[in-house]
Amino acid sequence: MQQHKVLILFFHPRFENSKANKVLLEALLAEPEFSVCDLYELYPDFNIDVKAEQAKLLSHEIIVWMHPFYWYSCPPLMKQWIDLVLAFHWAYGPGGDFLKGKKILNVITSGGGFDAYQHGGRNRFTYREYLIPFEQTATLCNMQYLPPFIVPGAPRLEAENLKNYAVQLVGVLKMLGSGSLNFEALQQHDYLNAITTTH
Amino acid sequence: MEGGILGNALVFLGISLLTVPISKRLGIGSVLGYLIGGVLIGPYILGFIGHEGEDIMHAAEFGVVMMLFVIGLELNPASFWKMRKSIVGMGLSQMLASTALIFGLLMFAFPLHWTASIALSLSLAMSSTAIVLQILKEKNLGRTEAGISSFSILLFQDIAVIPILAIIPLLATAPVISNAANSHTNWVEQLDAPYSTLVILAAVAGVLVAGKFLITPMLRWLAKAYMRELFTAATLFIVIGVAWLMEKVGISAALGTFIAGLMLANSEFRHELETDIEPFKGVLLGLFFTAVGSTINFELIAASALPLFSFVFGLMLIKGAVLYAIAKVFKLRLDQQFFLALLLSQVGEFAFVLLTTIGQYRLLDKGQIDFFMAAVTLSMVVSPVLLFLFERFVSRRLNNRAAVEPKAFDHIDEHHSVVMAGFGHFGNTLGRFLRANGVSATILDNDSDRVAFLGKMGFKVFYGDATRLDLLHTAGLKEAKVFISTLDDPEKNRELAETVRSHFPHVRIFMRSRNRSDAYELIDLDVPHIYRESLHTSVQMGVDVLEKLGFRKYTATRKAAEFIRYDEAALSKLASKRRGSSSSYIDSVREEIAMQERLLQEDDLFLSDSNDHAWDRS
Repeated sequence: MQQHKVLILFFHPRFENSKANKVLLEALLAEPEFSVCDLYELYPDFNIDVKAEQAKLLSHEIIVWMHPFYWYSCPPLMKQWIDLVLAFHWAYGPGGDFLKGKKILNVITSGGGFDAYQHGGRNRFTYREYLIPFEQTATLCNMQYLPPFIVPGAPRLEAENLKNYAVQLVGVLKMLGSGSLNFEALQQHDYLNAITTTH
Repeated sequence: MEGGILGNALVFLGISLLTVPISKRLGIGSVLGYLIGGVLIGPYILGFIGHEGEDIMHAAEFGVVMMLFVIGLELNPASFWKMRKSIVGMGLSQMLASTALIFGLLMFAFPLHWTASIALSLSLAMSSTAIVLQILKEKNLGRTEAGISSFSILLFQDIAVIPILAIIPLLATAPVISNAANSHTNWVEQLDAPYSTLVILAAVAGVLVAGKFLITPMLRWLAKAYMRELFTAATLFIVIGVAWLMEKVGISAALGTFIAGLMLANSEFRHELETDIEPFKGVLLGLFFTAVGSTINFELIAASALPLFSFVFGLMLIKGAVLYAIAKVFKLRLDQQFFLALLLSQVGEFAFVLLTTIGQYRLLDKGQIDFFMAAVTLSMVVSPVLLFLFERFVSRRLNNRAAVEPKAFDHIDEHHSVVMAGFGHFGNTLGRFLRANGVSATILDNDSDRVAFLGKMGFKVFYGDATRLDLLHTAGLKEAKVFISTLDDPEKNRELAETVRSHFPHVRIFMRSRNRSDAYELIDLDVPHIYRESLHTSVQMGVDVLEKLGFRKYTATRKAAEFIRYDEAALSKLASKRRGSSSSYIDSVREEIAMQERLLQEDDLFLSDSNDHAWDRS
């Protein structure tokens, strides 16, 4: 039962060379209930159609930013997307309440693992800390920011492991869409990776 | 000078080499240059040419024949058929009205028999195809209203020569001067009336059929021999052959070759035929104009100056007035009405032929013929001068008044910091883009229809050839920041680059170039911004093809941007290598191939993906 429509905004500047995202995206595309948008394919010249993007946001309740975690952040087109689509008087500011109440989250593939992303680890901060700008962006736009889903050590994952991540991701997003998860209760987790899915 | 054929050729060609470039530089057009050259070498100034000028003139009339062949080639039967209304409508009314009025003038001013007056007025109603088409071509005005109209009228006149030639004998009262003296002996004259018509029809039909079933297969067969000069010979053979046949049956050779050209217009050899005949045509026409200049009889002019000049004045006034009225009836625009009236106000080369015939039938005596010959020549000299004056002083005022006045359009920049030459397909897109961003360029264009239209649309637009310095001044290039040329003619662009750089050094020049080698030339001239018209479009096409083949769009787009940057770098790199080398033709052809090779080698380096480390494989 889909209560909340799920929109996956996928950003990858070099998808043809990716390994992890290929598997993940394939799994997501196999589910007709998800709307998947490949934004580098839509806007190769960075000339984003703001009206069309806003219309997509309006017709979905759960929004997923899916991207590789380049340089502790998002690929450039996604930043462009945020700058242009989340407009003043529309997403925030006076009269900017069109996104009010929607849920949004990051799904990221990362070169490092959880061990590197911790205090005292090689990257010194956690994923959640690095993702604070996105969390605050969501908050400013009156959206509820959900815990991110992380695919750690993505370039080195075995096919089997990758497949498991894909299955888990699809399962979690389906649960979010069906409303079988309590959004408030979710906030006790740092990462959606903690949610186990059952068939 | 009694130099025989070589000497004469030397004189004729030499004087044109001198006077034509000068007249082109002065902006008065090549026709006047040739005519002045002819006057200079004629018996009254330098005396290089005596009375053989007349013979040379007759020989060079063949240039007109070739010209009509080319016109036929460019026209093709379908568009000829489309023009039938204007050909008959404008042409017939011009011939009838002019003939009637000139007849009145002749009857009023000269003690002539009415039969002579009719023959004369028919001859004098003709205009000069050679002069008019040369002028239209040079000024690139063939596609304007006046250009197309004059073309229709001329075509009708060229056709009308046939019945006129047929009428003259009927008007003759005295017996014909022996035909033996006449080189135009033809078979038809010896036949009875119904047979002669049949022979003429058969000849025309013969040309039509030959064009389709004989000439094209012959050309195909010749093309297999892969010898360029054979083709040139074949082209000359066709033109001369048709001309000869037509003269034999007593139709104008010009008309015959026109029909032949028309028939060959749809054949695959059209362009070859055209380029082969072009140099002969050009040289012969030049020769014809020069010869006309050299035959001007100044003695006669001096002796009867007053009657001659007043007659020419009256004649051209009548012809001009008739044309003006026709232009008005057919609703041409104001400036085009004047232009048409002046353009066709002279008497044409066919009058020479007709006057000779009239002389043979003794409708006029020798002195009278000489008088009218002089009048014809004089009108041919005067009309280019009038046209030049009109264009210089009147036409632009008429156009620009229509163009500049209307509508206070909301320009963000009243000073028009951009001046743009040419508003064809390329310029049109560019101009619209600039205007969409609030930049209204001042436009220079030499299509007066387009100028009028753009003026109505609120563009600031000037009519004329952009390479003219005075026009650039009028357009306000002094106050401009940017000059754009959207012309594709490398000659014009080179001229523009030089003119703008030396007279307006503060202006940035942006230029379109057709291809790589044109771009090299512009680089040599230090033009800073060069846009090869095919580069971006073809790369963009490549992007879309790659995408269809499964490439990621963004990757293809990045590669395209990189490729364009690389290609422009390669362009300037190879241009500097090219500059130092020798420039003989063979060398430059060899060099062109070497350049292509180098280009492909550099491409190989570009293609290797190894330098692209952006983004890992997550």
